[in-house]
Amino acid sequence: MGEHHGNWPERLHIVTGKGGTGKTSVAAALALGLAAGGRRTLLVEVEGRQGIAQLFGLGPLPYAERRIATTAGGGEVRALPVDPEEALLEYLDMFYKLGAAGRALRKVGAIDFATTIAPGLRDVLLTGKVKEATTRSADGRRVYDAVVLDAPPTGRIGRFLNVTAETARLAKMGPIKTQSDGVSSLLRSPMTAVHVVTLLEEMPVQETLDAIEELAGLGIPVGRIVLNGARPPLLAGGKFTKAEIKRGLAAAGLPAAPVTVNQLAAEAQAHLTRRELEESLRLELAERGRPMVELPLLPDGVDRAGLDVLAARLLPG
Amino acid sequence: MTAPRLDIDGLLADPAIRIVVCCGAGGVGKTTTAAALGLRAAEVHGRRTVVLTIDPARRLAQSMGLTELDNTPRQVKGIDAGESGGELHAMMLDMKRTFDEVVEQHTKPDRAAEIFANPFYQAMSSTFAGTQEYMAMEKLGQLRADDEWDLIVVDTPPSRSALDFLDAPARLSRFLDGRMLRMLLAPARTGGRSMFSLVTASFGLFSRAVQKVLGAQLLTDLSGFVAALDSMFGGFRERADQTYRILQDPQTAFLLVAAPERDAVREAAYFAERLVAERMPLGGLVLNRMHKTEAAGLPARESEAAAERLDAVGDLPIAADVLRIHAGLLRQSEREVRVAATFTEAFPQVPTTAVAAQPADVHDVDGLRTIGKLLA
Repeated sequence: MGEHHGNWPERLHIVTGKGGTGKTSVAAALALGLAAGGRRTLLVEVEGRQGIAQLFGLGPLPYAERRIATTAGGGEVRALPVDPEEALLEYLDMFYKLGAAGRALRKVGAIDFATTIAPGLRDVLLTGKVKEATTRSADGRRVYDAVVLDAPPTGRIGRFLNVTAETARLAKMGPIKTQSDGVSSLLRSPMTAVHVVTLLEEMPVQETLDAIEELAGLGIPVGRIVLNGARPPLLAGGKFTKAEIKRGLAAAGLPAAPVTVNQLAAEAQAHLTRRELEESLRLELAERGRPMVELPLLPDGVDRAGLDVLAARLLPG
Repeated sequence: MTAPRLDIDGLLADPAIRIVVCCGAGGVGKTTTAAALGLRAAEVHGRRTVVLTIDPARRLAQSMGLTELDNTPRQVKGIDAGESGGELHAMMLDMKRTFDEVVEQHTKPDRAAEIFANPFYQAMSSTFAGTQEYMAMEKLGQLRADDEWDLIVVDTPPSRSALDFLDAPARLSRFLDGRMLRMLLAPARTGGRSMFSLVTASFGLFSRAVQKVLGAQLLTDLSGFVAALDSMFGGFRERADQTYRILQDPQTAFLLVAAPERDAVREAAYFAERLVAERMPLGGLVLNRMHKTEAAGLPARESEAAAERLDAVGDLPIAADVLRIHAGLLRQSEREVRVAATFTEAFPQVPTTAVAAQPADVHDVDGLRTIGKLLA
């Protein structure tokens, strides 16, 4: 068995965050980082968005564990987009050997129907698949050194992970109950951490705080707060004068017309206003006492090179 | 390629436009856009406006005087509509209560009580995927039917996909009065007597599987729920269809809201395709949080090079930082323009308006007014 990363000791990393904060990129970067040094990781998505495929510039991925990236030192990342329909059929097949009947069911839309009448069922199937991959062994060793789940956003994460409560309303016994109990105990064990991705903006930060509180209430371990899209700390002193800008322009050999100085001053002022807000949000997050990790805004968007930059920040050294 | 400019004031002033639906991916500023449009319609265009929000940020909700989910439009105080004579009202959708109201409206009290007590109803009215979208539609239908409003501005739910707003109601209504449910429940009613086609046979098998997996109680609850609903609705589907028709009518304008990010713009493009396919009136695209440089005359590379020269000298670090801020802003704005262009290339005829990124978050009426001005 590969040794775990000291900083990220868990085996199942669940990445959530408000929509638009870049949680898919962070999940992918984490999967890449954890695969360094010859390890194998699995990157899972459950919302049918094909976000992993888009991020890695691939065509739509099937419901199967496929290698999507290799890392230095012979590591690899596999991707698994879990499809709830497929997962249900797989599950029913395991217990009831449906065969052709299963295909007929799919044709009339019964699978969609079943996952619809019991939304908790859908989540149990999705998290159940994640649990199976996390704990799967072959030849006496774990198949995956770590599993990273690109999870639903903060607004739905509590309900998504609180599978037992959701299914308890529906199933008092039987295989679903057993499965949801298994998922539930994995999620509440030290093997799991839920990381919350946020930008230093008001709503994502608010949702981050809400999600942390909700998860803590559910007894599900919260890992890190990932501050994504952080900008370099320019004008850290919080002050500037137009005279300084004027002198600088002149010293650098640029035209220092008053209109240019004023325009640059307006931009600098907007930057400071933004920064002040960011600082107060950063403080608010820090007060929770959770470990925080900061990822830079990637000027050229997120491609494989960008993901490697993020991975190096997440797992330094 | 330049998109035609979206004339927000023309839209808000047009008495023929009665409904504006803001849709787009999560986190792009839909709620703020909806609120800013509502405020402008009331203040500038004198329209009696109601904004239906789904899940507003706390402080934004407070700024409009919304302190609780009470499903009733409340007049927003402190707006400046003295001259225009407009009014702004706002409400937050309470999906469970909306569902309860639908049940109450259409059934006798004892039957309603029975439905409310059904565990399946309880689960579904609060957690069913699509209930929120369906109830938003239902509420929109109610507000429109009241005929009390000049303009209804709708903020769509924070769905997995923006398309859910269009798809979920149909899915829910299909489910509630669909043959699927009848087929599934049929074996329970007929004591499992066999049917002849492969489909119905596998349905029996399926319903047995569902019984085993979820327990017979679920099917019993479901059966009770459906029987109770059966007697009272003229069909869920009919209600959803009705609202759907309103959305296709020229009295409605859909505004796609996006931030200049790849995913958000792609989502907007999916939605635009869908609106075209459904013959729904697409008003235009609102691009929020676009960055703009003031000093367009100073290119990014030159600015960065100058900052490096200053670093080398070492005594003007503040000016170097200011130059780097400028360069960063320019690069960001160039990237945003490129991302936005992918939409315009696909839909060159869709009018667009861009809203400059604000240095601080918007959570008061003044901030909304500023956004409204930028939109127009």
